[in-house]
Amino acid sequence: MSAPEKKSAGGPLASILALPNDSAKKTLFMAVAVCLVCSVVVASAAVGLRPIQVANQERDRIRNIVDVAGVAQPGQSAAEAFNEKVEPLLIRLEDGSESDEYDVSTFDIEKASKDPAMSRPLPKPEDKANIKRQPTHMPVFIVRGEAGEMERLILPVHGAGLWSTLYGFLALDGDLNTVSGLKFYQHAETPGLGGEVDNPNWRAIWDGKMIYDDQGNPVIQLVKGSVDASTPNAEHKIDGLAGATLTSRGVENLINFWLGEDGYGPFIERLKNERG
Amino acid sequence: MANATKKLVSAPVADNNPIILQVLGICSALAVTTKMSTAFTMCIALTAVLCCSNVLISMIRNHIPSSIRIIIEMTIVASLVILVDQLLKAFAFGLSKELSVFVGLIITNCIVLGRAEAFALKNPPLPSFWDGLGNGLGYSAILLIVGFVRELFGSGSLFGVQILSLAKDGGWYVPNGMMLLPPSAFFLIGLIIWAVRSWKPEQVEKPDFQIQTHRPEVS
Repeated sequence: MSAPEKKSAGGPLASILALPNDSAKKTLFMAVAVCLVCSVVVASAAVGLRPIQVANQERDRIRNIVDVAGVAQPGQSAAEAFNEKVEPLLIRLEDGSESDEYDVSTFDIEKASKDPAMSRPLPKPEDKANIKRQPTHMPVFIVRGEAGEMERLILPVHGAGLWSTLYGFLALDGDLNTVSGLKFYQHAETPGLGGEVDNPNWRAIWDGKMIYDDQGNPVIQLVKGSVDASTPNAEHKIDGLAGATLTSRGVENLINFWLGEDGYGPFIERLKNERG
Repeated sequence: MANATKKLVSAPVADNNPIILQVLGICSALAVTTKMSTAFTMCIALTAVLCCSNVLISMIRNHIPSSIRIIIEMTIVASLVILVDQLLKAFAFGLSKELSVFVGLIITNCIVLGRAEAFALKNPPLPSFWDGLGNGLGYSAILLIVGFVRELFGSGSLFGVQILSLAKDGGWYVPNGMMLLPPSAFFLIGLIIWAVRSWKPEQVEKPDFQIQTHRPEVS
């Protein structure tokens, strides 16, 4: 990218550089040279910094689990709180059974979705969250109370928004119906519109909402305008994001998909049956 | 030389400020100034990109064909911005998430291309570096002033440290929510422009036309 380098090289390079600036040959040469140097710089930065970035993402994911679980304590790092309070569990989605086929601590949802051995293609009518392939196994996170009873269940969810796949965590209370937190940790929606899924005020609306109706079907709805106590079925309804219809619809679909029978339905069923 | 250098660096801060005189780079000045920490990171990122792009473009200025001049400048600027973005993702992950697209948008920040066109193409690398630094500092000065006011009055804090105790936590200060919305940055920048032009009247543009005073026709 620097002129002195090129000058000292001599030979054919010097002869090209000596050409008038606007000759076709020199124009082409400059275009190729600048692109080449720039692409090498960009590529090496992207590759060289990748391990650090991945570690950051992992730390961020754990912090989000701890946030959604509500177990963060002052003076304690997210990783410590995670190790102390949160119990990760790998489940098989098909029947909701526990599984040890993969290591839950390194399970990568994104990677698993792409691996044919670890995921299944979703037929179009089933694919409400528009994710095309669904991992056969998913990690879930459990927070237990003093007596060992389940206080919170944290479920990773993902699905398509407008521009990107939204990845997040949904926390349910011990009754496996009441939402106690929702947080997306990775997305690329429009800042200020769909990006408002990160807005703490909007996320707070989710707390206390009910996922399932009397028949046990997930019936979360994001509706236009605000929802107050007088709205019929207000416990299933959440204010849609203003100016972000497609992101709102994506969030609605992904929650209903993952909490339904193709998602964590069998697992939640099993937990309820065990409880009797 | 020392004097010329000083002038290159100091002139864009007050006399020829890219934001308040040339009114460039407003987009990011509105978007990232709700908090001091994001404004500060943006300042460092833009100043770094501006210095490097000025130096690099100035180094090859005698070999840039005029027909693809802008494309070459954009390629260099874009590469530098990606580099900064990658570095932020690696070493300041939280901040990079908050700045989201705005680091990427440095590519389209008029100040960077403006300085490349106006200065780096015609001057040697060292003065170009000082020019980049000066303009970066001019941009930073405005961003930090706006960020200071917006964070202090919008959230009662500075760099995330609570300064004014908020009413919702039992204190006395009721935060001004409008400070957190983009229009407040417009008002603040307008006020800064007013203040600077009162201090330096030579920055006031001549009116494009004179409004004629109405004279009733005397018959």
